[in-house]
Amino acid sequence: MSLINKISKITLVSAVTAFALSATPTLAETLRLLTWGGYAPENVVAKFTAETGIDVEVTLSNNEEMIAKLRATGGGGFDLAQPSQDRVAGAQAEYDIYKPMDLSKIDASQFITSMLDATKAQTTLNGEVYGVPHVWGTSGLIVDSSKAPDVKDYIDLCDTKYEGKVSYRLKRPTLIGFAFSMGLDPFAAYSDTAAYEDVMKQVEAKLIDCKSNVKTYWSGGDEIMNLLRSGEVVAAMAWDTGGWKLNADNPNISFVAPKSGALGWIDAFVLPKKGKADDAAYKWINFVMQPDVAAMITAQAGNFTASLGADAMADDALKARFQASFPPEAIDNIKWYPPVPAGLETIEGGVLDRVNAAK
Amino acid sequence: MIGPRTKLGLILLMSPLLLWLTTLIIIPHLDMLYVSLREKVGVRLYEFGFGNYMTFFTEPLYWNTFARTAYMSIFATFLTLLIGFPIAYYIAKIAKGRMKMALFLLCLVPFWVSELVRTFGWMILLRETGVISSFLQWSGVVNQPIEMLYNDGAIMVGLVYTSMLFMVVPLITTLDSLDDSLIEAGYDLGGNGFSIMKNIVIPHAIPGIVTGSIVVFMLSLGNYLTPILLGGKSSLWFTGMIYSQFITRFNWEQGAAFGFLLLGLSSLIVWLGLKFSGQTLAKTMG
Repeated sequence: MSLINKISKITLVSAVTAFALSATPTLAETLRLLTWGGYAPENVVAKFTAETGIDVEVTLSNNEEMIAKLRATGGGGFDLAQPSQDRVAGAQAEYDIYKPMDLSKIDASQFITSMLDATKAQTTLNGEVYGVPHVWGTSGLIVDSSKAPDVKDYIDLCDTKYEGKVSYRLKRPTLIGFAFSMGLDPFAAYSDTAAYEDVMKQVEAKLIDCKSNVKTYWSGGDEIMNLLRSGEVVAAMAWDTGGWKLNADNPNISFVAPKSGALGWIDAFVLPKKGKADDAAYKWINFVMQPDVAAMITAQAGNFTASLGADAMADDALKARFQASFPPEAIDNIKWYPPVPAGLETIEGGVLDRVNAAK
Repeated sequence: MIGPRTKLGLILLMSPLLLWLTTLIIIPHLDMLYVSLREKVGVRLYEFGFGNYMTFFTEPLYWNTFARTAYMSIFATFLTLLIGFPIAYYIAKIAKGRMKMALFLLCLVPFWVSELVRTFGWMILLRETGVISSFLQWSGVVNQPIEMLYNDGAIMVGLVYTSMLFMVVPLITTLDSLDDSLIEAGYDLGGNGFSIMKNIVIPHAIPGIVTGSIVVFMLSLGNYLTPILLGGKSSLWFTGMIYSQFITRFNWEQGAAFGFLLLGLSSLIVWLGLKFSGQTLAKTMG
C-alpha cells in the first residue's frame, strides 16, 4: 500500500523535525523549573524574563513524578524543583537528589516567618536546610450541599445514603485523612513502623468496606471537577482550590474543612543536586516571593503563598471562599504533613494495592 | 567471498540499526535487569537477590493482576479480529477504486489524534451524563441515567477501538493478495459462502490474522491509558502496577522485576499462541 508508505514517511519526517527543533540549544541563561500547574503562570514568567533576562523552562509535574525524575538523573535536568516539604528530607536521605540551600541568598523578610521556620525545620537533614516554602493549601472535602448536606468528615463518604455518588483518590492522602476521621493519629505513628502498620490495617478494612459506595477512584484534577460539576458525584475528597473553582460556577458546591481536620501541605523550593543555574534559581525564589508577584500566582493557582503581605492583595471572591471554608477554629485544626520517613510508602503501597484488588 | 569493501559497506549500513538497538534497547534493558536483581534492605543499602521476582509469585495480588491483564488482552484480540475481519474483507475484496481508498482512510483517521483524546472521547460518550445515556433517556428507552463507564466492558471497548487499525491493515494486505479466481473456482466446484470462507479465504489470511493478533495482543497488554481512564474501582492492569511501583512507591527494583516478568510472560503467551495455531514467527513475518 503506497498510502501507508507515504504516511509512515510523513510521520518519520515530522518526528525527526520535532527532535531537531527540541535539540536546538538556547543561548541565553535558562532556569529549568520543575513545578506544579499554576505555580509559574505565563505573566509571571514574562515579567521575570523582562527583569532579569533569564529564560524559564517550565515542566509541570506532581510530587511522585518530580522525585522519580530527579532520581532517574541523580538530581540533574532541572535547576529548581517544588516537591511538598514533607517529601524533601526522606527523598534526600534515600536518593541524595538535592543540594543544601544557601539561606544567605534568600530574602527572608519576604516570607511569613512562622512558615519559613517550619519548612526549614522540616527539610533539615544532617544539619543542612534543603527547602524554603512557596505555596500552601489543604485537602479535605468538596461537597454539593444541596445533595449531600450531612457530609462533614471523610468517614461520612461511606454513608450508604450516597452509594455510587462519592469519590476519592487511591493515594496516600486518602489513607491519612481516613485515619484521622476514624480517630487515629497516623502522624504520631510515622516513626514507629509497627504502630503505623496497625493504623494502616484499620484504614484498609474501612476502605474495603467503603468500596461499594465509591463511584470511581479519581486520578486527575479535571476528572473529579467533571464528576462534581455534572452531579454524578455529590461529595469527594479533593483539594481546596478545586472546590473554590467549582463554587464560582455553582454556589451549592464548595470546599469543606472536615471535622477531623483538613490536611495541610506546603510546596517548597529545592535545588536539585546537579542543577546548573543556582543563581537564577535564587533570583526566581526572591522574585516570586514579592507580594505582588505572589498574588499573581495565587490568582492562577487558587492557593495562597508563604509571601508576607500577599494575601491582602488576593482577589476578594477567593478570600471570601477561603473564609467560608475555614472558620478560625478550622485553620487551627489543619493537620500539617510532617516529613515522611523513608520506606513508609511500601506499607501504604501494599494497603492501596489490596484495596484496589478487593471485590 | 565478501571483499573488504563490501564488508565496510555492510558495517556502515548496519551501524544505524545497531546503534539504535544497543543505545536505546539493549543498554537500558541490561540496566533494568541489574536494578531488578537488587533487593532493598535499608536506606541506600541494596543486596543481590531474586526477592523482587519471588514477590510476584508469592503475592497472589500481582499474579492475579497479570492473569487478568493477559486474559482480557486475549479476549480483546479475539473481539478485534471478529470485528476487523469483515471490515478488512470488504475493503480488500468488495470495495473498488476510490471507495476502497476512502474506507481505508476512514479506518486511519481516528489515529491522527492522540490516544488520550480518543479515550476522553469514549468517556464523553459512556459517562452517566454522557451522550449515549442522554440519548437513551431522550428517546424513552430508559427513564434514568445509566452508567456505562468505569467497568471492564468500557475497557474492552477502548482496547478494541485503540487496536482496530493494527488488525485491519495486515488483514487487508493478505486478503488483497488472494486471487479472486480462487474464490470463483470454489463456487464453480459447488462450494457455498461458508465452505469457501473456511477452506480458501481463512487459510490464505492466516499469516495476516496471526500478525494482527500478535500486534493487538501486545498493544493491549502494554496499554496504560485505556484501562486506567475507562476502568472502574477494581480494574487492575499490570502496566498500571509497574507504573505505581516505579513512580508512587519509589520501588524501582520491584517495578523493574515486574517489567521483566511482563516481557517474559507475554513472549511465552505469544509463543504458545503460535504453537497452538501451528504457525511459526518466520512464516508469519516473511
